[in-house]
Amino acid sequence: MEELVNIFIQSIFIDNMVFAYFLGMCSYLAVSKTVKTSVGMGFAVIFVLGFTVPINFLLEKFVLKSGALSWIGDSFIDVDLSFLSFIMFIAIIASMVQLVEMIVEKISPALYGSLGIFLPLIAVNCAILGGSLFMQERAYDSITEATVFGLGSGIGWFLAIVAIAAIREKIRYSHVPAPLRGLGITFIITGLMGIGFMSFMGIKL
Amino acid sequence: MSDKKEVLFSKKNRKLLTDPLNDNNPVTTQVLGICSALAITVQLKPAIVMAISVLVVMSVANVVVSLMRNLIPSRIRIIVQLVVIAALVILVDQVLKAFVYDVSKELSVFVGLIITNCIIMGRLEAFALGNGVWKSFLDGLGNAFGYGWILIAVAFFRELLGAGTLFGFPVIEKLGLYEIGYENNGMMILPPMALVTVGIIIWIQRTKNRDLIES
Repeated sequence: MEELVNIFIQSIFIDNMVFAYFLGMCSYLAVSKTVKTSVGMGFAVIFVLGFTVPINFLLEKFVLKSGALSWIGDSFIDVDLSFLSFIMFIAIIASMVQLVEMIVEKISPALYGSLGIFLPLIAVNCAILGGSLFMQERAYDSITEATVFGLGSGIGWFLAIVAIAAIREKIRYSHVPAPLRGLGITFIITGLMGIGFMSFMGIKL
Repeated sequence: MSDKKEVLFSKKNRKLLTDPLNDNNPVTTQVLGICSALAITVQLKPAIVMAISVLVVMSVANVVVSLMRNLIPSRIRIIVQLVVIAALVILVDQVLKAFVYDVSKELSVFVGLIITNCIIMGRLEAFALGNGVWKSFLDGLGNAFGYGWILIAVAFFRELLGAGTLFGFPVIEKLGLYEIGYENNGMMILPPMALVTVGIIIWIQRTKNRDLIES
């Protein structure tokens, strides 16, 4: 349990997808103009990360890892398919996004109305593939750990995009030097927020 | 075919190659591909390896998708594009692992993240799907160079100011600046400073080219 809380906190604050690894920056910059849309996008990312990381974990554990295919028979013990992981992960992500889109549309049209337009964007959001690749690199032990990591990273990304959207809404009333307006100042603010988030470094539960 | 009448390096084609270097730069103007761009700019060497990898993937992917552009049903085009890119990235990854293993370790997940690098997807969507092979190739090259020079510029300043070295060579020490009291700015090595550096590049670029200023 302690370990899980640790992974959760760490993936939200310390290894924040945006501030520590710059993942999902494209949609982070494109969708953060107003708080409302950024909340929608943030939820969509939490949702998809929470699904794809555990699924890719199973894939990694039972198909891709060196020796993972040993459950088929002894002759498969030496098979190492890890070089295929990129293509498998992205295929899972693209099809999961499609699937999630259809399920959400069926079950909750209201949620689909607010998330719908963001879901296709998510297939090419680096944070999603990044989540799966970090999961692979850090070699989590169990599917619970992988799920917690996925959710935590999603929440970290959510916090980042909502915070920057709020700042960008306010900064419209400030006198930013003309060449810095828009993109430039957003980069610099993100940098400053990153420095702020670095104060979480070293926290260990 | 109007393509055949056009000279190989006509003015229009040259523009495809040079525009992304400055006025239509993928990173600073189109705001694409920042995801994987910044995390690997602590040192010059990985930045250059990354720039070359993107160059290869992008130009080949543009050519392949441009060749298939009349065959791909538009509903599944995103998945087709992802598969093309992913296959190319796997190739690049294997080559890196074989020849420059230490750099490949350093880049870790960011080689894989070339797949979701929005520049590549963006150019495939916006250009390769609607244009001929040669033009798409030039567009890919141009955008990859535009991406690459930003990457290398950021890495240059971060390595020089942060660690006092270039390609691992201790420039500052050789110049003797430490003796007169110069100190490395350790902050440049930290991730947030990459964002600030790009912000400053955008600032300089837009000061020079006022058309790009956002209202």
